[in-house]
Amino acid sequence: MSILSLHDLTVRYRHTVAVDRVDLVVPEGQIVGLVGESGSGKSSIARAVVGLAPVSGGRIALDGRDLPRRGRRRPVQMVFQDPYSSLDPRMTVGDSIAEAIPHRLGRAARRSEVERLLHLVHLDPARAGHRPGQLSGGQRQRVALARALAGRPEVLIADEITSALDVSVQGAILNLVRDMQRELGLSMLFISHNLAVVRYVASRIAVMYQGRIVEEGPTAEVLADPRDDYTRQLLAAVPTGAGGRRPVRSAESGCD
Amino acid sequence: MKNWSRAVRTPLGLTGFGLLALTLFTAVFAPLLWGHQATSFDTDNMLAGASAQHWFGTDNLGRDIFFRVLVATRLSIALAVSATAISVAVGIVLGSAPMLLGRWLGRPIIGLVNTVVAFPGLLLVLFFAVVFGVGAQGAVLAVGFAGAPVFARLCHTLMAGVAGRDFVAAARVSGVGSGRILIRHVLPNIAEPLMVNATIGAGGVLLSFAGLSFLGLGVQSPAYDWGRMMQDGLTGIYVHPLAALAPGAAVIIAGLAFNLSGEAVARSLGVQIDVPWRAAVTPRRRRAPAAGARTGPDTDTDLVLDVRDLRVAFPHGDAEISPVRGVTFQVHRGEAVGIVGESGSGKSLTALAVADLLEFPARVDAERLTFLGADLRDGTGHRHLLGTSLAVVFQDPMTSFNPAHRVGAQLAEAARAHQRATRAQAWQRAVDRLRAVRIPDPRRRARQYPFEFSGGMRQRAMIGMGLMGTPKLIVADEPTTALDVTVQRQVLDMLQEVRAADGVAVILISHDVSVIAEVCDRVLVMYAGRVVEDLPAGELADGARHPYTRALVAAVPDMRSDIDAPLATIPGQPVDPAHVPAGCAYAARCPLADDRCRAQDPPLRTAADRSRVACWHAGEPLPILSDLAALEVDA
Repeated sequence: MSILSLHDLTVRYRHTVAVDRVDLVVPEGQIVGLVGESGSGKSSIARAVVGLAPVSGGRIALDGRDLPRRGRRRPVQMVFQDPYSSLDPRMTVGDSIAEAIPHRLGRAARRSEVERLLHLVHLDPARAGHRPGQLSGGQRQRVALARALAGRPEVLIADEITSALDVSVQGAILNLVRDMQRELGLSMLFISHNLAVVRYVASRIAVMYQGRIVEEGPTAEVLADPRDDYTRQLLAAVPTGAGGRRPVRSAESGCD
Repeated sequence: MKNWSRAVRTPLGLTGFGLLALTLFTAVFAPLLWGHQATSFDTDNMLAGASAQHWFGTDNLGRDIFFRVLVATRLSIALAVSATAISVAVGIVLGSAPMLLGRWLGRPIIGLVNTVVAFPGLLLVLFFAVVFGVGAQGAVLAVGFAGAPVFARLCHTLMAGVAGRDFVAAARVSGVGSGRILIRHVLPNIAEPLMVNATIGAGGVLLSFAGLSFLGLGVQSPAYDWGRMMQDGLTGIYVHPLAALAPGAAVIIAGLAFNLSGEAVARSLGVQIDVPWRAAVTPRRRRAPAAGARTGPDTDTDLVLDVRDLRVAFPHGDAEISPVRGVTFQVHRGEAVGIVGESGSGKSLTALAVADLLEFPARVDAERLTFLGADLRDGTGHRHLLGTSLAVVFQDPMTSFNPAHRVGAQLAEAARAHQRATRAQAWQRAVDRLRAVRIPDPRRRARQYPFEFSGGMRQRAMIGMGLMGTPKLIVADEPTTALDVTVQRQVLDMLQEVRAADGVAVILISHDVSVIAEVCDRVLVMYAGRVVEDLPAGELADGARHPYTRALVAAVPDMRSDIDAPLATIPGQPVDPAHVPAGCAYAARCPLADDRCRAQDPPLRTAADRSRVACWHAGEPLPILSDLAALEVDA
């Protein structure tokens, strides 16, 4: 697979700078987690890379060459946050996936490709004839994943793909993401505000704050020994979780 | 299409579509059936009044007006429909300009359209009529083009709504071109409202035509439509009024047919969810107290909330569905109780029922539902008590504040309504409460509007609003789901402080087990409208006995979970409240389920340590995780 690299990327909407001269590399076959609060510019990076947001400065490159952000062949694909909005309610699942296949295929070839993709995301190929309304949130998100894979991407961007899902489904989607990354060797930029989720899937982690990347490094290192103040603040805010065994509450109420 | 067929079944739709069918039938068949009568001259009876032979009389050549009105239907309707078609087609082309041509070219086009819309419609019609010339064809073009700007603007607005959706962005990302996106994604999704508007528009177009023909700019002799007939009849209106009134009535009937049909469909589109419910509901008292169960005086003074066998039901088709099926729990002073469960488990409905926020057609039943000793089941007498002693915090603080009023005023309103404070006192208290929830510079902030607050600040202000009274219970429904972790931390700490300072009890509803585990003393785990386990929050990780609770805990990664093992998943789907299976509702997804589980619903049993669990196999070891993961998950 390929290396996605951002050099000095700036995204500006009228008067606000959403992404401020960001350098970031998604190494070959790895998942890079991008965390930060809402409004920190995580989604703007994602949208700029796939051509949905304007690039005001800097460069986006794939294996050193400028990334094509127009035209039929798109080597970077994206999965959106809300599977209730990212699938056309009037189109069958199969049509939605088939639409994203970049090259023209015959009817039979197209059907078998759709089946292969549905199988890849652990969905029954018979679902191809269903409309999104007949599927649960988790199933829809699998369809959205299949659609992104239909473009045979070299890099996949996942923008908060589990935050609209129920907890019982979230785990299944995260497992799927990890499986796919291993099986297909995908490079991935995994955006989430949930540190526990990022910790689970990503080998590297980048922390964003107010449009800049304040810290970047291997997940275990960053989480064990955060260097930036904001990263520390973020870590302190994460609920200790059910595994925390009677967390000491008084110690935490001070950090505001 | 379902909406259209549903629209037909309303009285409005029945009238509209009935008239429309009649009109179209006449348009198709009248010229075939009565074409001869309409054109034959009865020279003995020129300009005659109504008679048995000629129901509406005759015109100046002795032709029967009744039959002429019927036969004119075809031309009148054909003109109206084709003009509408032109309006819609041109409207779609103009409206989609920004999408197809990009912002730089599209914007001036839409700007122009918006300017043209401001002109009176009739003026445009006349202008175009002069351009395209006199006659039926010219009139169709004139009326069609004059109507186009309105449809262009409508299309533009509808398209902008659809174009903002993620599925359009997704299509763009996969390299689908603008034209294809327009045809495959955008147009199908705006078709329904567009068709409704076109139908209503056709009624208006009919009128424009009548106007044009009446002015002599429309249909020319020997062809005739209703407008032409009105013009012909007008000269003799004092001696022979029916000659003008009959075609006028036809215009009204046909216009109504289009308008009412469109209106009926529009309504059924707008209230999609309400219609089947309303249709099936028989009004009955919303809070029916269970027979004979009067509440005795409370002995437990620490008891804030006592709920026994709470049920919430909604009419669904001809039957009823019960998303909450017998929930029993108590909340004591200063206690924080968490409710967890998947969406659809009934956790929010339980909270809303407790806060008396469920509206008709929801029906709330309970064997006991007391808040601070007062029975909440007997209707409206508890508004004051609930208003001052119970606070509710919702997930989205943006929608729970009125965007048009200052935050301070909204807080003050609560005090004025429930505590009869003066305006100044109420404002003072509002500022004080904002300070209490740690809003910086509360005096200035109180004068700001909700949009000037960040998400976390709004949520804290919402808690502040709850504190305007002296709450004994705060019900927080997913209060931090929409917030960032750092802000979530502030809001959770806030809740803890309030709790510690005033002994306020908290019911915290969340799908996030880790939040609940941290904040709450006790957790109720809900599944399919029932409490399946009730346990101390500290026991969640190791002491949970219900397989669902254990799965829920294992499915959520936290900062300690093993990153090399796959996450636990819960196979299958949550239970649809309309089809609750016999036996244990969780059996279909449970690795421990056996025949007994599928046949008999396990009761919620209280153990020695006051924890409760509803499972025949409570606490039995689960199969190893990897076996579970190997199941093909279709979640």
